Amino acid sequence: MSTITYREAIVRAQREALAADPRVILMGEDIGAAGGPFKTTEGLFEEFGPLRVRDTPISENAFVGAAMGMALTGYRPVIELMFADFMGVCFDQIVNSIAKHRFMCGGKVAVPVTIRAMGGGGVRFGAQHSQTGETWVYQFPGLKVFCPASPADAYLMLRQAIDDPDPVIVLEHKAMMAMKGEIQTDAGRWPAQRPQVVRPGRDVTLVASLAMVRRAMAAADALAAQGIQAEVIDLRVLRPLVAEPIIDSVTRTGALVVVEENHESGGWGAEIVARALTAAFDYIDKPPVRVTLPDWPMPYSPALEDAAVPSVQKIVDAVLAQH
Amino acid sequence: MAGKSSEATGRVVSIASVLGAAGARTAYEKLLLIREFENKVYDSFVAGLVQGTTHLCQGQEAVSVGTVMALRDDDYLTYTYRGHGPCIARGMDLEGAFAEIFGRSTGVSGGLGGSMHLTDMQLGLLGSFAIVGAGLPVAVGAGISARERGIGQVSMTWFGDGATNIGAFHESMNLAAVWKLPVIFVCENNLYGEYSPILSTTPMQDLVVRASAYAMPGVVVDGNDVVAVLDATRRAVARARAGDGPTFIECKTYRQCGHSRSDAGKYRPPGELDAWMERDPIVLFRNRLLAEGLLDKAGLAATEQRVREEVQAAAARAAEGPWPEVRPLHDATYAGTLTA
Ligand SMILES: Cc1ncc(C[n+]2csc(CCOP(=O)(O)OP(=O)(O)O)c2C)c(N)n1
Ligand SMILES: [Mg+2]
Repeated sequence: MSTITYREAIVRAQREALAADPRVILMGEDIGAAGGPFKTTEGLFEEFGPLRVRDTPISENAFVGAAMGMALTGYRPVIELMFADFMGVCFDQIVNSIAKHRFMCGGKVAVPVTIRAMGGGGVRFGAQHSQTGETWVYQFPGLKVFCPASPADAYLMLRQAIDDPDPVIVLEHKAMMAMKGEIQTDAGRWPAQRPQVVRPGRDVTLVASLAMVRRAMAAADALAAQGIQAEVIDLRVLRPLVAEPIIDSVTRTGALVVVEENHESGGWGAEIVARALTAAFDYIDKPPVRVTLPDWPMPYSPALEDAAVPSVQKIVDAVLAQH
Repeated sequence: MAGKSSEATGRVVSIASVLGAAGARTAYEKLLLIREFENKVYDSFVAGLVQGTTHLCQGQEAVSVGTVMALRDDDYLTYTYRGHGPCIARGMDLEGAFAEIFGRSTGVSGGLGGSMHLTDMQLGLLGSFAIVGAGLPVAVGAGISARERGIGQVSMTWFGDGATNIGAFHESMNLAAVWKLPVIFVCENNLYGEYSPILSTTPMQDLVVRASAYAMPGVVVDGNDVVAVLDATRRAVARARAGDGPTFIECKTYRQCGHSRSDAGKYRPPGELDAWMERDPIVLFRNRLLAEGLLDKAGLAATEQRVREEVQAAAARAAEGPWPEVRPLHDATYAGTLTA
């Protein structure tokens, strides 16, 4: 156990993967000499050199597609896409090639590509630099989608992603880079790849991911002061989605509120609500509620951005209205 | 320094022959406006009036001014997150621009866009794209409209050296060339994409060769010489208006500031910035105005004073602007009605 930041956890996971496996190669824009636009590859270029920590041109289609070619031919590429929004530029490579290739080859090949992308709002970057990317990629069989909401997960999920024989998209959140916490380096003690209860409670189940987990935790504190014990679940792994821990929880609490930094329609919250209702209909006493982004792109103005991203108060209000 | 510009363009051009006295004054004023505007955005960031990020263009003003001055009022423009230059050169309302960057409701986009997304359809400023390369296909589309409408309009798009490595650049160049569209591709080669020097990401430093891959005329111009930029752009625009198709203009220039707000530019080799500061586009032009006797020192000083006051006043008014009201923004999201 050691206490480090979310950003340092990302650096550390990559450093260890590079050291452990000569097949691991990092690629991305300004990840080398500059240490990464978010400093998430700091020091790695100096340590492992320009062939294993490769600065790329601004050519997302080319280097994401190239990652697949490397993966098919014996390497383990780890791509840093910088802003998650840039998945839009190479979406074809991700969903038409990388996600489906193994299947189209009759299951005879593996595509061990890791794609890291940093998303999320709250940092005043406007409509084209604030999306989480969660709902863009969670639909596609063939991909795995990890959403680390703590330094511990930023570390272990990236290690798991790089070791995984399948393509994994790791969606990191840029508003959490300075968050501090303990990491577990002993792989034997890592939790399973599924949602996790991060705060127990008996009255309502709050499911959140990425930066919304902290807000849900804060909301749970505020609700406790009003006599409502909220159970908070960190979604962690968006695909493949293991709904069991959520269904278990809802069966006990009888109420479900999902909190996500995506638009309501087509958000993963809709999927969670559907699974919970299907599996635990008889146990759910209150209509499930979704706390999400509004149905418009992220505004730049601080006043409007703050009103758009689900706040602690909005989560509290949603739970109170439900009860 | 004029020697340098003639070397790059292959033409010796005097201010008087290209701009005339009135044009020269306008150009100087626009150069200063952009510089003062960007300096004020920087100061405003430090003062906490701007949040998020900004990408400033100090050092590249001659590209914005020289290209925009070759345009007609009904032409179309697309540009990037480093796009304040073309907007100010085109005559964007200064208070509206500042207010947008400050996130106020009085901003040109009501605070919804921010520094990376200044637009004004009245001025043909179709959009500022924060995804590298995204503005080029849109300019091609505006070129199709211009061609269809048949009244000699052109479309112009600005992008960096780094953007010439993205697919959208190549597809747009090809499409504009094969359809002979009136599109002017203005590449601001400032030698860096973010923190990466051009040769670490691109196999050549002279990007004009990329035009020939699309059988498109390409010219190289000293991007710090506003006269040379204007001269070259006028030729390209004339070609486009005449129906002879697109041109690629590579403007050799340098960004004097960091890539964005958080960048101190530590990756620059020693001496490089200093050498380019000596080729500051505004100082160069000022010296030539004096040498050619188009403005005297008193005239220059008066212009400088006026521009400075104008910018400061606009920023001060913008800072007084109200925050946008928190309300449903469906009308900003869709042009049509959402209910059946
Ligand atoms: C598709 C895409 N990839 C990466 C980025 C991040 N990014 C923003 S600006 C920039 C550098 C662009 O360099 P250049 O085209 O030379 O323009 P300059 O910033 O120098 O004006 C990068 C990589 C982006 N905005 N969009
Ligand atoms: Mg550049």
